[in-house]
Amino acid sequence: MRLRSTGLIALLSVSALTLSACSGGDDTEPEPAASTADVAEFPEGSTMAKLAEAGKITVGTKFDQPLFGLVGPDGVPEGFDVEIARIIASNLGIDEDGISWKETVSANRETFIKSGDVDIVVATYTINDKRKAEVSFAGPYYLAGQSILTLTTTTDIEGPDDLAGKKVCTVAGSTPEANLLANFPDTEVVPFGTYSECLEPLRNGQVDAVSTDNVILAGFAADNEDLEVRGEPFTEEPYGIGLGLEDDEFRTWINDTLEAAFADGSWTEAWEATAGTVLPTPEPPAVDRY
Amino acid sequence: MNVIFDNIPAYLTGFLMTLKLSLVSGILALICGLFLAAFRVSPLTPLRALATTYVELLRNTPLTIVFFFLVFVAPQFGILAPLGFWTAVIALSAYTAAFVCEAVRSGINSVQFGQAEAARAIGLTFGQSLSLVILPQAVRTVIPPLINVFIALAKNTSVAAGFATVELMASGRRLATANPADTVWVLVGVALFYLAITIPAGILAGVVERKVAFAR
Repeated sequence: MRLRSTGLIALLSVSALTLSACSGGDDTEPEPAASTADVAEFPEGSTMAKLAEAGKITVGTKFDQPLFGLVGPDGVPEGFDVEIARIIASNLGIDEDGISWKETVSANRETFIKSGDVDIVVATYTINDKRKAEVSFAGPYYLAGQSILTLTTTTDIEGPDDLAGKKVCTVAGSTPEANLLANFPDTEVVPFGTYSECLEPLRNGQVDAVSTDNVILAGFAADNEDLEVRGEPFTEEPYGIGLGLEDDEFRTWINDTLEAAFADGSWTEAWEATAGTVLPTPEPPAVDRY
Repeated sequence: MNVIFDNIPAYLTGFLMTLKLSLVSGILALICGLFLAAFRVSPLTPLRALATTYVELLRNTPLTIVFFFLVFVAPQFGILAPLGFWTAVIALSAYTAAFVCEAVRSGINSVQFGQAEAARAIGLTFGQSLSLVILPQAVRTVIPPLINVFIALAKNTSVAAGFATVELMASGRRLATANPADTVWVLVGVALFYLAITIPAGILAGVVERKVAFAR
């Protein structure tokens, strides 16, 4: 069995090399040629080689997060997370048809990675130490931060220091909720099921503010004229790409890919096409090769 | 497994909230349900129609929608229920009252019609014959279905987790976020604490049932 599979890999690599040689010779389009050439460069047996050979990748992302991963009527998710996943897929030589999108919500991201249901997760996935014990993280590719959204007519909340004694709405069981409970003991936390459910109680005066990652709040502020984001972000939420635990080869390769995307402007391009429509374009973050 | 023992205080806070919700809504639902049942068997057509409409409306609406209505729709008509505990109590007791009413009504119907006729014949009013003759007999048949209703209520309190109430389920979600490796055990702990309410309720039902049992 082992012999046969080694033989198969050898055969595939040879054919890949031949193919790349061919396409390099007579193909006028540079892009496919380059990506096919990449396939041959991957070390044998690595996750990159496996994905590239299969020509398929399964990406876990959010389906309900405006600006980052939001599924439109056509069923294809749009957003910055989605563009980042596309950059990685194209560097593996996988085209649009080879990417299958799978919805991951905050509670099931680790489980999906561990069970192999998804190859990578790009889903506003904050890197933290507890999660690092379960999965590996490449990136970060973006630094978000928790911020505050309130009515434009509110005068007594200008930043995180004004939250004492106020009612702040967030999502039950989310990281922002945990932050509020740990760092704002005088604030009354009002947990709902989703962030959009916080908006009506905010307008009715039943809560004073909504708090979560600034990128989510910016989406709401852009869609609703009566709402605005106040103050500077008061936490750091580095968004990373989740992959299988201890797949260091794959992690290093994604980190290299991200750095290349930072350098050649494709990261900025992806940002400006999605979240950049309502948020200023930031400097690319420094990749954390832990 | 250890995640449950390490977080007993967090579980207890949620558990107490769930218990408080179940008790307060249970008592309110029992009172409203009794009145609704009395309305449903009363000789006055408008009262019967009112109670029937209420029961059919609430009994056939999902509890989540009752919550949604109270939290997101009612404010548009100027009705602002205090968010959190009291919203949950109102939604849960309004919803459960419909089920209490039907359980009690079935008990009332189980008492032979002759009893009501005899009570009226000796000059008791409708209220007197209901409270002195019929309900004491009806209670015996009503206990088991009523306990069912209250067990369902205890579990239904989990719906409040999505509506600004930090009860057992919401505490469980917080713990799951804090312990991503032990999500399954966190939920097992939540289930155990629900059992701590529902199993004693079932035992209590058995005891009460034996106490009030009578030879027919």
